Amino acid sequence: MTDRPDHIPWFRKMLEIRLFEEKVQELFMAGLIEGTTHLCQGQEAVPVGAVAAMHADDVLTNTYRGHGEALARGMDAEAAFAELMGRSSGCCGGVGGSMHLTDFSKGNVGANAIVGAGLPIALGCAMAFKLREEPRVALTFFGDGATNIGTFHESLNMAAVWKAPIVFVITNNLYGEYSPLRSTTPIEDLARRADPFGIPGVVVDGQDVDIVYDNTLSAIERARSGGGATLLEMKTYRYRGHSRADPAKYRPDGELEAWKARDPIDILGGRLASEGQLSAEEQQNLRKEVSAEIDAAADRAAAAPPPTFEEIQSYVYAG
Amino acid sequence: MSTLAEPVPQVQAPAEAADEAQLTYRDAINAALDDEMSGDPAVLLIGEDIASDGGVFKTNAGLIEKYGPGRILNTPICENGFTGVALGMALMGMRPVVEFMFSDFLPTAGDQIVNQLPKYRFMSGGQCAVPVTIRSISGGTGRFGTQHSATGESWFMALPGLRVVTASSPGSAYALLRAAIRDNNPVLFHEHKGLYGRKGPVRRGSIAEVGKAETVRGGKDVTIVATLLMVERALKAADALVEDGIEAEVIDLRWVRPMDVSTVRASVERTGRLLVAEEQVHHGGWGASLISELTMGGVGWSAPPAAVSLPYDQPVPYSPPLEDALIPGADRIAEVARSVARH
Ligand SMILES: Cc1ncc(C[n+]2csc(CCOP(=O)(O)OP(=O)(O)O)c2C)c(N)n1
Ligand SMILES: [Mg+2]
Repeated sequence: MTDRPDHIPWFRKMLEIRLFEEKVQELFMAGLIEGTTHLCQGQEAVPVGAVAAMHADDVLTNTYRGHGEALARGMDAEAAFAELMGRSSGCCGGVGGSMHLTDFSKGNVGANAIVGAGLPIALGCAMAFKLREEPRVALTFFGDGATNIGTFHESLNMAAVWKAPIVFVITNNLYGEYSPLRSTTPIEDLARRADPFGIPGVVVDGQDVDIVYDNTLSAIERARSGGGATLLEMKTYRYRGHSRADPAKYRPDGELEAWKARDPIDILGGRLASEGQLSAEEQQNLRKEVSAEIDAAADRAAAAPPPTFEEIQSYVYAG
Repeated sequence: MSTLAEPVPQVQAPAEAADEAQLTYRDAINAALDDEMSGDPAVLLIGEDIASDGGVFKTNAGLIEKYGPGRILNTPICENGFTGVALGMALMGMRPVVEFMFSDFLPTAGDQIVNQLPKYRFMSGGQCAVPVTIRSISGGTGRFGTQHSATGESWFMALPGLRVVTASSPGSAYALLRAAIRDNNPVLFHEHKGLYGRKGPVRRGSIAEVGKAETVRGGKDVTIVATLLMVERALKAADALVEDGIEAEVIDLRWVRPMDVSTVRASVERTGRLLVAEEQVHHGGWGASLISELTMGGVGWSAPPAAVSLPYDQPVPYSPPLEDALIPGADRIAEVARSVARH
């Protein structure tokens, strides 16, 4: 564990994601966010560790459960809140909403609400880099449930045949909507789904940001140096239900508690405390500071107006 | 870094009409691909079996030799997947031209065509452009049977963010394909497999205007609007109608989306009579939408508008005589035009 980036920003970012998601829940109850939203509390080590391994000009695609990657990739919390509230100051002008936190300026080139759709799109980015001989890599984040849709298999096949500079990241939180993975999928370790395509598949402890970072970095460097695609399976858990309306009653007793005992923020926090980098008290203070920033960002977002039809007209066709 | 990522300026057709040549429809498509590929290194072709031997319909002859495999990406059989790849490439500054071997396969890429290509720019709040062209090989008369004969020209017309265009002749195929590739939006370009061998004048360097129909024959008695193979048949019908003393105006609609209602309206305001000729069922198609637009816009009809479409509510059969009887011919177009004109 030597020679790695400073951990404190990672810790802060994980806190930011956690508190952002909790604030989203609160704003939903207050009626400031409508429709649906898919939260990622419990999964924070995956976006933070994986995104930390990317270069500034690498790109990613992700999903409706994408607030973590967006924030990890540097989206401003106010622009994210404004998007969730449907304001014209949102990252997508208020037309995208919770499922589409996208920011091309940060290489965050599309949060998709169609399961599996982001994979071939990321592959297209990777192929553009390859054909132009640019040393850039594409990552695509998707869920365990997405490994059963056609685009997953189509994309791994094409990526393998073309030796594309791409990393496929499964965030395996054990559920696709209300269905436990074992009821929809005949194997437990989804990394094995790399085998038929002859690319490496790696099972990763998705609760430990260091392990996430190390494995993603190897896969990215392999892709960047012409070695082709890798499938990473991040084993993790979402604390909340699938979406706002889901109380997650289908989970067996004790499962949530068992995962919370390996909370990704606590794991890194414990390490930082024992290494003397950030004491428990300093961590508490940091949490308060981030919480105040999140509240202020949400307040500023709420003050902005919604877009107008005139404003969004130009989003339909490019000139 | 290469310069391929730089946005391509929208160039207008050179004013001095470049040399005109007689080309087949197939060679006109080949020439449009060649001219766009040579003019812009961001243009590349993607699809199944497109590289060797000029592709299944030989439209790509010579291109692999000239541009190499880096510009002609042969794919596995996975339409939804490779259409998504094209979208991703477009986001990174390329201008992919995707080939669909048969329009009947478009629905297998339904998600990319319906939810991704047309919505991607919109839902990002205008952060990106999606310059993807899908060349889709359409239409009957080839004895290809029920799952290889659809035009599909109206299947995706209800999607804001997408453009849909049809090519009826070598000259229009060339100019429309070049316009499609240059457009910064997703364009579904339909070519008719029954027309590949047709010869006609092609003005090299010409680039069609997006959303503009073309009046291919003037007349004062009845307006016939057609697309694809039906344009040729409507022109033949118009020839026959001369003997009845009927002057038909024939409009090649070209763009199904955006639809050039005003060119048709101007014609119908003179003729008072309209016939749509379409190689598809009438319900849910561009012909029905066109009549609806004109009617709602208050066109003064001298006779009720008529449609010559697939006459039976059936998919296209293999049986050669039945296929011939199903797809509207010049005789049927002329016959209906006569009754509209004499109403
Ligand atoms: C093609 C498609 N089918 C179904 C849905 C509805 N849906 C949304 S999320 C989801 C579950 C996906 O599970 P997973 O891939 O594990 O991701 P997670 O939600 O756990 O992050 C489903 C079925 C969809 N959005 N797209
Ligand atoms: Mg899941």
